[in-house]
Amino acid sequence: MSEAAADRASKRENVVTMAKQVMAGDVRTVARVITWLENQVPVGSAVLKLLRSPVQRAMVIGITGYPGSGKSTLIDQLITAYRRLGNTVGVLAVDISSPLTGGAVLGDRIRMQHHADDPGVYIRSMGTRGQQGGLARATRDALQVLEAAAYDVILIETIGVGQNEIDIVAVAHTVVALTTPGLGDDIQAMKAGLVEVADILVVNQGDRDGADSALRHLREWHTPVLRTVAVKGEGVPELIAAIAERQRVHDLVQVSR
Amino acid sequence: MAVATTPIRVLIGKVGLDGHDRGVKLVARALRDAGVEIIYTGLHQTPEQIVATAIQEDVQAIGLSIHSGAHNSLLPRVLELLKERGAEDVTLFGGGIIPDDDVPRLKAAGVQMLFQPATPMQDIVTFVKGLQVER
Ligand code: B12
Ligand SMILES: Nc1nc2c(ncn2[C@@H]2O[C@H](COP(=O)(O)OP(=O)(O)OP(=O)(O)O)[C@@H](O)[C@H]2O)c(=O)[nH]1
Ligand SMILES: [Mg+2]
Repeated sequence: MSEAAADRASKRENVVTMAKQVMAGDVRTVARVITWLENQVPVGSAVLKLLRSPVQRAMVIGITGYPGSGKSTLIDQLITAYRRLGNTVGVLAVDISSPLTGGAVLGDRIRMQHHADDPGVYIRSMGTRGQQGGLARATRDALQVLEAAAYDVILIETIGVGQNEIDIVAVAHTVVALTTPGLGDDIQAMKAGLVEVADILVVNQGDRDGADSALRHLREWHTPVLRTVAVKGEGVPELIAAIAERQRVHDLVQVSR
Repeated sequence: MAVATTPIRVLIGKVGLDGHDRGVKLVARALRDAGVEIIYTGLHQTPEQIVATAIQEDVQAIGLSIHSGAHNSLLPRVLELLKERGAEDVTLFGGGIIPDDDVPRLKAAGVQMLFQPATPMQDIVTFVKGLQVER
């Protein structure tokens, strides 16, 4: 116990250094501070208070949608695209924790692993740890850390959602919601919840039967609706353009405030 | 959850050219059911990917599954990279087809524990739960 207490004391002394290291983009520090925030260790929030984001703020993109619709696969493609554009990329990928045991198998990053050893990419998996709403308890805090570490683009993957998990709307500048052919025909389901609040709708798995009719139906209710085939990267440039357009509007609103 | 105990975070995955993933999936599931937060990387990882992932995810331990016979090069390489990146506080353990003869050498090199076929899942769970330290 005394050892643990001494450890905590030294952590407190290090708060300023840790904050500086986060803002210098040191990956180990970024990772450890996020752990503290997830574990609600007081030193984590102490570091958080000292963090400042660069003037040129990160672009924060939420990727949400039905379970298995292709969110992680699409994020993998978006990472590739943003890296080609010269941006650094941070990813927060949220998966559900077991409500019974608190354990989790966080598997989103399987689809993104070829970016694992790119120093311009940081990927962090988060368990919901009992949080409702589609994000993890510490996702907002972790986002602040990644903003302070000056990633240019930050992608947040929500848990696979139905209709009520819409916390992402309050966190991301641009919310992209994924659906797939087959699901897209159910207009009543689509009108409710998630799709209503999304900035950009994507029919992913656009290579599957029914993609055209899903697009047609959804376009009666929403704009823009894009078609992607995440496994092949099809439609990704168009999605990047739509996100950029949306971000421009967001930035304009911020400036005029 | 009212009783929010902090789950331990552990990377679980397969290194090298080896598609035997039944064992590793069972291990991941058993650990989840024991309250562990597993970061699952899937198949065909290089030691470089494993170590970069472990650092980004700030895991306390790495559990690797190997059935390809390449354990004598892959596991020491992971240890070497952890050291290079200043992350030697991360515990490395593993399982799969690891002949008895190789175990002492790998343990001496710094692999904490190796689990061979037919190990009861409870032994693995007990080992991993025993790693929990304050972070
Ligand atoms: C099923 C099987 C397959 C299946 C795999 C299906 C799959 N998706 O997993 C198929 C048919 C595809 C297959 C193919 C091959 N196989 Co095969 N296969 C087996 C077999 C019969 C059983 C493996 C298994 O699933 N066991 C059940 C699980 C639950 O046990 P386990 O994996 O051992 O896991 C336990 C522990 O080892 C440990 N553990 C394992 N991983 C981890 C990870 C962590 C973190 C921890 C803590 C513990 C842990 O915990 C588990 C619980 O006790 C073994 C023989 C055997 N008796 O082991 C051969 C075996 C592994 N295969 C072998 C070979 C050679 C091959 C092939 C190369 C054959 C060929 N020439 O084509 C191919 C290669 C395929 C590939 N791409 O890698 C050899 C490996 C030889 C070696 N390394 O020296 C074995 C040992 C057979 C033999 N006696 O020759 N195989
Ligand atoms: N045919 C086809 N399959 C796809 C496409 N995009 C993704 N998939 C497949 O769909 C499955 C699920 O993909 P993920 O990216 O894991 O989906 P996800 O939405 O992140 O899943 P969760 O996080 O579990 O909700 C995988 O098997 C992908 O290969 C696509 O455009 N076409
Ligand atoms: Mg996913």
